[in-house]
Amino acid sequence: MNSSSKPKILLIIFIGVALVYISRLFYLQVVDSSYVFYAQNNVLQEQTIYPARGLIYDRNGELLVYNDAIYDLSVIPDQIKNLDTIEFCKVLNISKEEFIATFARLKRQKGYSRWKPIVFQRQITIPTYAAFQEKLFDFQGFFVEVRTDRKYKHSNAAHVMGYIGEVTEKDIDKSDGYYRMGDFIGISGVERIYEKDLGGIKGTRYVLVDSKNRTQGRYKNGEFDTAAIAGKDIHLSINQELQALGEALLQNKTGSVVAIEPRTGEVLALVSSPSYDPNLMVGRERGNRYMELLKDPSKPLFNRPISAPYPPGSIFKIIVGLMGQQEKVLSPNTTYGCNHGYLFVGCHPHGSPLALRGAIAVSCNAYFCQVYRSIVNNPKYKHVEDAYTEFYKHAYSFGMGHALGIDLFGEGAGVLKPATYFDKIYGRHRWQALTTISMGIGQGELGITPLQMANATAAIANRGYFYTPHIVKKINHRANPNPKYTTKNWTTIDTSYFSVMIDGMHDVIENGTARIAKIPGIEVCGKTGTAQNPHGKDHSIFFAFAPKTNPKIAIAVVVENSGFGATWAAPIASLMMEQYLTGKHDTRKALLERMLNGNLNHRNDSARFKTK
Amino acid sequence: MIAPDLKPSRIDWITLALYYFLVIVGLLCVYASVFKETNPNIWDTSQNYGRQLIWIAISSFLGLMILLIDEKFFFAFAYPIYTISVLLLIAVLLAGTTVKGSSSWIEIGSFRMQPAEFAKFGTALALARFLSGYNVDFEKDKKIQWISAAIILAPMTIILFQNETGSTLVFTSFIFVLYREGLPGWILFAGFMLIVLSILALLIQPLYIIIALVVLASLFLYFVRRTNQLIAITVGAIVLAGLMVSSIDYVFENVMQAHQRTRINVLLGKEVDIKGAGYNVQQSKIAIGSGGFWGKGFLQGTQNKFRFVPEQSTDFIFCTVGEEFGFMGSVLFVTVYIYLLYRLLMMAERQRHKFNRIYGYSVVSILFFHFLINVGMTLGIMPVIGIPLPFISYGGSALLSFTILLFIFIRLDANRVNELRNFS
Repeated sequence: MNSSSKPKILLIIFIGVALVYISRLFYLQVVDSSYVFYAQNNVLQEQTIYPARGLIYDRNGELLVYNDAIYDLSVIPDQIKNLDTIEFCKVLNISKEEFIATFARLKRQKGYSRWKPIVFQRQITIPTYAAFQEKLFDFQGFFVEVRTDRKYKHSNAAHVMGYIGEVTEKDIDKSDGYYRMGDFIGISGVERIYEKDLGGIKGTRYVLVDSKNRTQGRYKNGEFDTAAIAGKDIHLSINQELQALGEALLQNKTGSVVAIEPRTGEVLALVSSPSYDPNLMVGRERGNRYMELLKDPSKPLFNRPISAPYPPGSIFKIIVGLMGQQEKVLSPNTTYGCNHGYLFVGCHPHGSPLALRGAIAVSCNAYFCQVYRSIVNNPKYKHVEDAYTEFYKHAYSFGMGHALGIDLFGEGAGVLKPATYFDKIYGRHRWQALTTISMGIGQGELGITPLQMANATAAIANRGYFYTPHIVKKINHRANPNPKYTTKNWTTIDTSYFSVMIDGMHDVIENGTARIAKIPGIEVCGKTGTAQNPHGKDHSIFFAFAPKTNPKIAIAVVVENSGFGATWAAPIASLMMEQYLTGKHDTRKALLERMLNGNLNHRNDSARFKTK
Repeated sequence: MIAPDLKPSRIDWITLALYYFLVIVGLLCVYASVFKETNPNIWDTSQNYGRQLIWIAISSFLGLMILLIDEKFFFAFAYPIYTISVLLLIAVLLAGTTVKGSSSWIEIGSFRMQPAEFAKFGTALALARFLSGYNVDFEKDKKIQWISAAIILAPMTIILFQNETGSTLVFTSFIFVLYREGLPGWILFAGFMLIVLSILALLIQPLYIIIALVVLASLFLYFVRRTNQLIAITVGAIVLAGLMVSSIDYVFENVMQAHQRTRINVLLGKEVDIKGAGYNVQQSKIAIGSGGFWGKGFLQGTQNKFRFVPEQSTDFIFCTVGEEFGFMGSVLFVTVYIYLLYRLLMMAERQRHKFNRIYGYSVVSILFFHFLINVGMTLGIMPVIGIPLPFISYGGSALLSFTILLFIFIRLDANRVNELRNFS
């Protein structure tokens, strides 16, 4: 192509564009006469169609959360004409001052535009809605939008499901304009994490309204309308019956229960006590109720099972025993004597000396201090830091010291210190096993959330691996697509080392410290823990799985400030496992009654005041 | 510095007349769009039209100044002007005022300006200066091509970071200039088609696009010298484009990830769709469509007057033309606009000095791009990208910069005979 043809080509482009535009103009202005009609006394109104939010079910398909219609009064300020303010205020039952104040407030809102619909009054009552609908044509520019709010069938699992609320300015900015002031968004729990799935996609409808505010029909037969896409339904992995029982058992107590299906990592129950009724977080009073809950000194909004770290106490001995075997400093036949303790760590009276399995059954402190010492002072490693780092890696592989990645908001990491932490305190190479000996029995610089405890139990039940715990089983009736939840996480312990520990855990139930947790006809494996608590009475801790072969449930229970693991945590775990495995929880009536009626909070209150 | 030998007879009076025609149409439209029967005073400076009138006066004065400056000034100061405009862009990025989500404004007292507007002619001058240099061969020298690209991309990138998608895209129009200076035609064509087709395919039915393509190809073959080879290439390209258009929807929906889709929607201006620009476009179409064949008459528009068309005196100004002057008025308007572009193109071609020609091409390209996007947007066939319609839209910063852009070229053009003398 020579350069003289170039301007010609540009000219052709110019003329081409001109012709396209002129034919378009011809179509709009001459061929299609409908625009003339639209322009005559008609006003184009853009209405938002809110999609139904996805429903939430439990793992067995029982409906937990559904939607309820609410009516919002919206307005397009630019289209207000000849408004009889007095009549309007009468219908809405507001004063003229309120009317003016509301408009002033709307104008200050982010994204305010006179041409865009904005909510004038939220969630008007049904009688107001009816009265308003009658007079609608007197109030040009105003119209009612139907939306849905949440309703909860049960008062359970508030921390799992979370709640929805109005979007903040930050949400609006982040959404690139999708959300408008007043839209609902998931604020915590599953509602928040799965907002994209549950929320659906808003639709738009263009409606023609005449000068009397009467709808004249759809603009261009709905050609430019977009349908709302309903949110996807979600099936939780939670078992509603188990969850309800767990909450009942923990009533008037402070603590957590986490139950996991070891085979899949699905969370069967996640109890946080004290809790609140999710139906409180609905409707116009949502904000006030939220503030009340926030101010409540018992912290009902705090999601303990996933965020509160506790020293694990004796249940950590199982992990230490596994590490000892993996590091080849311990065999099932290794025996240690116990003379009421080891150095400054005390122990209760029991037979001595003991081998590994027996030491688990009686929860011997001296034995596991010895094991911890031989791991951290292992001569195989040149420095204490290297040996301790092995200990750290093993514990980490069970999911300790980091957030596991559950699909809930606000998961804590727990506490697991790297070797550098002790270097900083004591100096490099200037510490050893005895410096940190209490970690051998699950005290000291250790903090584990109930979720991490249950997860470690699942890893033991599976003999060496776990699936990342998760709450959502199905989205839109299909398996949760997140690959994180279908990938095996292997611990650093070989499968062969688990047998002896599991036998020991079985002994704990049959003739050890947790005989109270025995379930007739089912082989339960568990371990009690009593976590020393510098702020008050010890925490009662228990973790277990059942049945021994082919485990179906792994559970961890923490009851704060309630004493020995066997006193509260073990019976609660036992009743819940029985419920899940047999469908019944009332075979041991006296135990059930004692657990349900136990009121620890009252006592704790006085203890709390004393320590102050 | 004042030009000693500028003779009024050498100024291209037709272009000047077209400029004033458009500016006055613009003023009338701005007036009509905010007109109230109770306040018909056009001199009211508290209203948009009053202020626009002041801007026209300032622009005319500035235009006159430009015509009086020695034309060598623009050649000599091309690089400093470019550098200053790029520095201003950086300054505005760091400490600018945010208006409607884009941080591209500088505020000096009550005066607000957008340096991106001035970067347009800054870049045009720098590019013209660079490519008109001694021994510069854009067609063959790779290094020259890279530097040219850098001159354009530097301000473009900064403006992109200012969140000004519209102004960023305007810089792509420099591709026409490079095309004139030796960029192979097929690159321009293929690149242009790729962009246009991708956008169109996502916005309208593929079948319409294919029909339009066939029509355009026929026109093309009609105007140029037909050879069998050219016909084969054209047909091949149409087939390829057709395939691409038909498949892009599938790729977009099924191959791309959700966040990529969102990003593209943002780029296309569909993101404002959710914010309500879809509503703007529908209102704009009603306004234009209700104008009918003869229009409702000046100041008789209802859609505009009741402000059913938002942003009406700036980006959607063409609605007023369509509603009040109807199909006849719109066609006249489009014709005048395209005639101006044609005239500028011919003026650019008659330059002996490469600098003048390249600058002229830059002016044509920038004006054309604005026209293409802005009018297309109000007609609902281009994505909603907020750029003004040169000389028509309300806004001082824009009018001033387009005036400077155009008048520098008129000034350069007025010296074309002198050049003959200088060069011979």
